[in-house]
Amino acid sequence: MREPGVSGAVLAVNNLEVVYNDVMLAVSGASVEVPEGRIVALLGSNGAGKTTLLRAVSGLLDVHRGAITKGTVTLDGAEIQRLAPARVVRRGIKQVMEGRRVFAELTVEENLRVGAHVSPRGIDQGLVRVYELFPPLADRRRATAGYLSGGEQQMLAMGRALMSDPRYLLLDEPSLGLAPRLVEQVRDLIVAINQQGTTVLLVEQNASMALSIASHGYVMENGKVVMDKPTEELMADEDIREFYLGSAGEEGSGSFRDVKHYKRRKRWLS
Amino acid sequence: MSTFAQSIISGLGQGSAYAMLAVGFVIIFKSTGVISFAQPALMAAGATLVSYLVFQFGLGFPAAVAVGVLVLAGVGLGLERVALRPLVGRPVFVAAIVTLGLDTAIRAVTNRFIGPDLRPVGDPWGYDRLELGPLFLQHRYLAMIVTAAIVLAALFTFFRYSRVGLAMRATAFDQETSLAQGISVGAVFALSWALAAGLATLAGVFVAAGSGVSQGTWVVGLKALPAIVLGGLDSLPGAVVGGLAVGVVEALVQTYQPVHAPWLGGNFSLVAPYVLMLLVLLVRPYGLFGTPEIRRV
Repeated sequence: MREPGVSGAVLAVNNLEVVYNDVMLAVSGASVEVPEGRIVALLGSNGAGKTTLLRAVSGLLDVHRGAITKGTVTLDGAEIQRLAPARVVRRGIKQVMEGRRVFAELTVEENLRVGAHVSPRGIDQGLVRVYELFPPLADRRRATAGYLSGGEQQMLAMGRALMSDPRYLLLDEPSLGLAPRLVEQVRDLIVAINQQGTTVLLVEQNASMALSIASHGYVMENGKVVMDKPTEELMADEDIREFYLGSAGEEGSGSFRDVKHYKRRKRWLS
Repeated sequence: MSTFAQSIISGLGQGSAYAMLAVGFVIIFKSTGVISFAQPALMAAGATLVSYLVFQFGLGFPAAVAVGVLVLAGVGLGLERVALRPLVGRPVFVAAIVTLGLDTAIRAVTNRFIGPDLRPVGDPWGYDRLELGPLFLQHRYLAMIVTAAIVLAALFTFFRYSRVGLAMRATAFDQETSLAQGISVGAVFALSWALAAGLATLAGVFVAAGSGVSQGTWVVGLKALPAIVLGGLDSLPGAVVGGLAVGVVEALVQTYQPVHAPWLGGNFSLVAPYVLMLLVLLVRPYGLFGTPEIRRV
């Protein structure tokens, strides 16, 4: 575990362009900065390119026949976009994929051990830390992971990622498919993880959850970053309030004209 | 009664060779999704190498087997890297066809070294027998059963407890997530091939023990196919049970069919494993221990 606090270190995505299958442009010209010690939120609707951006960082584009055609991903200034996924993990960047993706046939503890694949020496220490953070997992350590509840599986996916004590945790929609109370629980856990010194890049569609804990937020649309502001400013932004937080004020709902108006305004740029 | 017990023992002995081969098939299938048809050729190549190590290089039999297994494991590693890695992401059908090609190529080379005659592998057992009351137990079958038990127990421990074994199981379940945990999936593929080739060598030595390795030995390797199909393609215990079952059924049919059912013709024991496989598939289409595939039609 690392001392919390903000140093000069930073994970940065610079002017990234990603193409799938040589033709499908998923991300074009996106730049995101994640300073060490922070929680940064990345918002956007389905298909905006959020997951693609995470894959570009963690090196998982190959699996999906995607390729970086422009731009770089840098960690403390060193380019990492050409590294194999295993190397990226060794540099301390770990992605928790959307949909949890636990190894359903393995036990909880085996899942965690796989998470420590790159740092076998840290297994015992990692297990202690993960079981402390997620007590339900400690109770079910011999259970088959596939039989855990959705919330427990999300904890397991996060715990598995923490086993190698990463500097950066990339969380892809951790609140997906969870009941509101569990979403709150997951949010508190993310804060706890961050306070133990792990920087978090949080990709979410649940904007109010993400913005309630992030210090900085990015909004993606159609493969571009369309907004990039500290959280307070984002929360105050009228468009964000209307499209993502669902509180548009008095004039928000009403006649058919307002609906068309809403649709027209769904683009920030152009 | 003693004939029956003797058939069972020799069946288990032969079956342990099939089980080793079948386990190799399953390891490759689980981690890469490909059925490797190169296993029979690797089996023959391994046995031939051991034969050369014993008679041309003067190694003792155990040392020769150890060296043979290691060398063939290296060959498996190389084959995966050169012939199969470039096909990752292509349909598994393509890779399976490539393994057929590898099988032919390896056999062609191996046959040059085997020559026209039977080559003994230098095993110390021959046809020696242990007399146990009314039973005559061949040493080689006992040795095979014991060796297979030890090797399989070691494999089980490896997959269950070791870091790499765990990584292999994780990769078999979900490749992308394993990549995200920092596992090098390519290394897992290579290791699967190495393990399978090593097991094939051991199986080849078992099959050749007592007699020797000939240009027709590879055909025995095909017996692993009914073994894995009836055990379930993706189950290691299934492969072991399937291999032993094929061996025992073969031995029993060999003993009793000529007397009790001569109308089935000569050498029916060669067909028996496939009949068993078909019977099992009628009842359990995904094999005894396989994972049923749920598909909406």
